[in-house]
Amino acid sequence: MKHSLAGRVWPNATAAVLALGFLFPVYWMFNTAFKPTRDIITEDPVWFPLHGTLEHFATAVHAPDFWILAGNSVLVTVLAVGLSLVIALCGAFALTRMRFRGRKGILLTFMVAQMAPWEVMVISIYLIVRDADLLNNLLPLTCFYLLMVLPFTLLTLRGYVAAVPKELEESAMVDGCSRRQAFLKVVFPLLAPGLMATSLFGFITAWNEFPLVLVLNKEPAMGTLPLWLSQFQTQFGDDWGATMAAASIFAVPILVLFLFLQRKAVGGLTSGAVKG
Amino acid sequence: MAVQLDGAVDRTAPRTGKGGAPPTRRGGGSRRPARGAPYLLLLPALLATAVFLGWPMVRNLLLSFQNLNMKELIQHLTDWRGIGNYQEILGSEQFWRVTLRTLVFTAVNVVLIMALGVLIGLLLARLGTTMRLVLSGALVLAWAMPVIAATTVFQWLFDSRYGVVNWLLDKLGQHGMAHYDWVGSQLSTFFVITVLIVWQSLPFVALNLYAATTTIPRELYEAARMDGAGTWKVFTSVTFPFLKPFFLATTFLEVIWVFKAFPQIFAINEGGPDRLTETLPIYAFTEGVGNLHFGMGAAISLLTIVVLLAVTAHYLRLTVTQEQQEENEQ
Repeated sequence: MKHSLAGRVWPNATAAVLALGFLFPVYWMFNTAFKPTRDIITEDPVWFPLHGTLEHFATAVHAPDFWILAGNSVLVTVLAVGLSLVIALCGAFALTRMRFRGRKGILLTFMVAQMAPWEVMVISIYLIVRDADLLNNLLPLTCFYLLMVLPFTLLTLRGYVAAVPKELEESAMVDGCSRRQAFLKVVFPLLAPGLMATSLFGFITAWNEFPLVLVLNKEPAMGTLPLWLSQFQTQFGDDWGATMAAASIFAVPILVLFLFLQRKAVGGLTSGAVKG
Repeated sequence: MAVQLDGAVDRTAPRTGKGGAPPTRRGGGSRRPARGAPYLLLLPALLATAVFLGWPMVRNLLLSFQNLNMKELIQHLTDWRGIGNYQEILGSEQFWRVTLRTLVFTAVNVVLIMALGVLIGLLLARLGTTMRLVLSGALVLAWAMPVIAATTVFQWLFDSRYGVVNWLLDKLGQHGMAHYDWVGSQLSTFFVITVLIVWQSLPFVALNLYAATTTIPRELYEAARMDGAGTWKVFTSVTFPFLKPFFLATTFLEVIWVFKAFPQIFAINEGGPDRLTETLPIYAFTEGVGNLHFGMGAAISLLTIVVLLAVTAHYLRLTVTQEQQEENEQ
């Protein structure tokens, strides 16, 4: 079917305008971060960082505790996502490959758990952590982030495990592998892309988490980057250059990760969602 | 973010299994897993869920029947109050106002996200390769922006004095907007929050819808075109029915995601001005943590969960029935 000229121009023009609209906030963050203050505080916007400077990044990086908080963020995120992958993979394997009593109930438990309203449970979590004398400690954060990520990881991995033909495992076992060896040598490598795609969403969740850290880790050096960024902005008020530099530093790791992994993630998450 | 995606995924899993290998049950006796093996494999996940999710839930429930303020907190007193907290909240006008506001806020956002997201998804399907890559690249970057970073950027875009939005409005002839204070009134604050949330949520719907449309057999479209169906007719007679599970799952996810939105609202203006942009999660937070009325906050958060369950009940029932059917088929 041939499209008329107008039929081709309109979609492209709309797409171009939309792309600009979606990119602009991201671009404006970087653009502001690299401009000297006199180019930021102007009546007419300066569209390109013509007089590029790194001074705002220096301000952000030299803000109190930046490196400690960045370290905290990386530590908590990696631990939570890594642990949840291991735990979830075991569970996903049991749920897809084995039949046992209570399977449906367990499955429903995780489906309910993935809806957990963490945002409104901060009060009870605060009291539990306070009673355990673990406020301003990274351990509770890691544990709760682990659980924020876990149900999702488990349910997603279930799909990836089910997609690996059972025959592969069985033939490995015929060749003399134990069930565990068959899993580690045959199934696990095939799951690698699935594990990466799944962990992407885990990373975003843990890296972004805000309400809990806001309540649990108030002590300046025990927070994570989202807390730092929200406080940085209050602290530096109208210094939009430094604030945008801080936002850039916080956003870049996830932007990079996403660009690398999104193709797998988008395809993997939806390919089966619509097949009847 | 995570919550956003699962529903779509849940539907994947059992089906992939069906499409792939038929369930084999012939394995020799010795290959059968030990009776306890599945439970052992699931133990860590169940244990973690019970401790880090179950416990706070139970604690929250107990707390909602207690009178726990600063005094009781410091002296470690337990003062049971029965259903007093609930009576007080359900009798207050504020709670009902916030609930209504939350429902309207959720509805407006979800309708915008679904309608625009679907349009952009369909547009992606019509584009050539280059333009499609450009647009999906832009979408991915908006999607990946961490919430707090995006919120900070939007504050800068809507800054009253040097924000680029006010500059643009001024240039377009709205000179009254030159120094407009966006977080000064309820509606304008909600406007900024809505633009932010919609901007961040559209990519998920659009990209996934596009990916989903690629799975629709071409013959269906061709047949519809042969019958002389226009764009709208093709959408309602082919795309929509074929992707119905996708639409259901995505709408459900967007509803819970927008309903529970916390950082966007909190970081833009902490529910202000004058608490006029508080939604239920912010309301529970402000009462419980901000004003140190922990018992009241816990009761509000339980009522919030009840409202959320009521809103999503239809979808949840569908999922459970479907899961049961699949269980019976196996």
